Amino acid sequence: MSHDLLPVRKVVLGLGNTLNRDEGLGVQALKMLDAQLGKKREFELLDGGVLGLNLLMIVEECRHLLILDAVNAGKPAGTVIELTKEQIPLYAGVKLSQHQITFQEVLGLANIRGYLPEHLHLIGIQPKDISVGIEISATVERALPEVVKRSISILNHWEN
Amino acid sequence: MTERIVIDPITRIEGHLRIEATLDQSNTITEAFSSGTMVRGIEKILRGRDPREAWAFAQRACGVCTTVHSFASIRSVEDALGIKIPKAANLIRNLMIAQQYVHDHVMHFYHLHALDWVDVVSCLKADPAVTSTIQQKISAWPNSSPGYFADVQRKVQSIVDSGQLSIFANAYWGHPAYKLPPEVNLLAVTHYLEALDWQRDATKIHTIFGGKNPHPNFVVGGVPMPIDLNSDTALNAERLSIISDSINKMITFVDQVYIPDLLAIAPYYLEYGGIGEGLGNFLTWGEFPGEDNSDISKFLVPRAVILNRDLANIQVPNPNDFAKMQEYITRSWYNYKGGDQIGLHPWQGETEFNYTGPKPPYELLEVEKKYSWLKAPRWAETPMEVGPLARVLAMYASGHEQTKELVNLVLSTLKIPITAVFSTLGRTAARAIETKVFADMLRTYYNDLVTEIKAGNTQTYNGEKWEPSTWPRRAQGFGYMEAPRGALGHWIVIANGKIENYQMVVPTTWNGSPRDHNGKPGAYEASLVGTKMADPNSPLEILRTIHSFDPCMACAIHMVDAEGKDAGEVATGLDIYHR
Repeated sequence: MSHDLLPVRKVVLGLGNTLNRDEGLGVQALKMLDAQLGKKREFELLDGGVLGLNLLMIVEECRHLLILDAVNAGKPAGTVIELTKEQIPLYAGVKLSQHQITFQEVLGLANIRGYLPEHLHLIGIQPKDISVGIEISATVERALPEVVKRSISILNHWEN
Repeated sequence: MTERIVIDPITRIEGHLRIEATLDQSNTITEAFSSGTMVRGIEKILRGRDPREAWAFAQRACGVCTTVHSFASIRSVEDALGIKIPKAANLIRNLMIAQQYVHDHVMHFYHLHALDWVDVVSCLKADPAVTSTIQQKISAWPNSSPGYFADVQRKVQSIVDSGQLSIFANAYWGHPAYKLPPEVNLLAVTHYLEALDWQRDATKIHTIFGGKNPHPNFVVGGVPMPIDLNSDTALNAERLSIISDSINKMITFVDQVYIPDLLAIAPYYLEYGGIGEGLGNFLTWGEFPGEDNSDISKFLVPRAVILNRDLANIQVPNPNDFAKMQEYITRSWYNYKGGDQIGLHPWQGETEFNYTGPKPPYELLEVEKKYSWLKAPRWAETPMEVGPLARVLAMYASGHEQTKELVNLVLSTLKIPITAVFSTLGRTAARAIETKVFADMLRTYYNDLVTEIKAGNTQTYNGEKWEPSTWPRRAQGFGYMEAPRGALGHWIVIANGKIENYQMVVPTTWNGSPRDHNGKPGAYEASLVGTKMADPNSPLEILRTIHSFDPCMACAIHMVDAEGKDAGEVATGLDIYHR
């Protein structure tokens, strides 16, 4: 009931459904980060979409994991939210879990299996509009560069 | 006085499904209503786009079903434009589709459905030596020592002690409807954990053929990966060997873990052979084409309609039949220009929202009016069940030898009659049976592919009709796909090189549909009637039957709360979206 792979990957994982405007902001931020970083780098940028449990394999192979995602923290839309490993709710209780296997539960599973990445960060934005559509809101669009900036700062630490 | 209980949302499925059930005084369900409480809208996004790129949008309709929507989408374009794909490409697609079944069904069984039958907490009371004896009796699976099961038990104990039950937390532990002895519970919990590691090997086929994971690539006209045994970037000998190894691991897990577990658990729940049938009508679009992807006579899973359990008279449905393949919105939150009573074929389909339900938060839906974001698809005005049971019945009735053997094996092992297959138990067994059939087909398709490569047939892409200048001014097509949870269809209308209309009818829309213009219920609704509940406040019996259909609401409807988020989520304070 365990795998023998060493957790060595360094991954930036963009999450969200790109058909629901700001819900997909993590994937949009990933694209912007990709464009700014250039080709030479030691880590992988992955578009995780809303794959849920299928992402467990990737999470468990990471030593470094940065998650980009839409976060509802009850803040004004467009607010950039940064969470360290200790602040990310690995499992947020019965109310949330009543939906499906959320990404928090993927992290929770990785944790109980002993494979939570050693270095774990989450950077997100409070969404404004998650209706059907592919364009993100102007409010969130304005906040994306800040997400990219903070991501690069974290990645700089990874390279050391 | 009747009581209506509400389950919203149904746990452990993708997205939002709400079931309202009316009980009589003996706590037996007399009426049930199934509602998708989020809106779908992918069709609006696709209009006006390049048909060759539709798959990249369609695959995002559901986080779990990306592969099936991609295939249905590219097949709809190939059908519209008359594109034939090369033989090797067809074999590679069949390998990807068969892998998807095996992976998806195993994960559904252990990670979604098992928790309705397996009491995780009870496994702490098990004697690991007895579990070891059971394991060694039912299969040759090597992880079978008493010490191994004792380790798992300690692990579960530490999880329980730490208060981090994680996804185990959301169930009805201790419910009187759980019947397994602690030792069998320990067996199943162990395999729950093992399946998480197994899926790492099982997904290698997609990573290789799709070029990347997650979200592999697809292409109209074939598959994106070229075959060249001497190239580092193509399908080469090394990659073929990884695929072969992955196939072996999939077959071994199905043979030694999944099938034996099913047969070890089922005897404790034989009453479910008489619960949860529903409609008795079944539809498949068919799957696993032979050489020509449009020749339905060579499909492994036939294209079939079965009515009233009648396996002797299978019909072949034509998805392009305007009079028979229709979607109704009489009880759904949509408008049709022609009014609420008419049905529309998907090529004429309309997607205009019309929410008339109560303002959330609400206690009960107005089920006598419109009450769901799911439309009601019907075949010849008849509601249909789609999914593993439909496929196994279609293969069984058409004389597929291995399917017949496996069905007979399950019936004789459990000592139940053939009529028991029309049930929650039958649906659950059918999922395992077809997993075995498709896992074995992985080996067949692999061998066929190697034969083609040796014969020099390495073409994987047909680009003859790639350029829009080669297309007719107007064309329409149907893209079939037997998704793990049932018949999926994408209907496309192409005009002047762009998508003019695009409609998906997904498996969960068939199974989870609300009532139609004639008041006929959908498959979930029909399947729950007559089910007696031990405790209406812990509706485990409803979950067992609904989960046996493997609902996937994220693609049946869309990922948005149409009317705002519910109070429960706000109260948690921090909520990362992705349900």
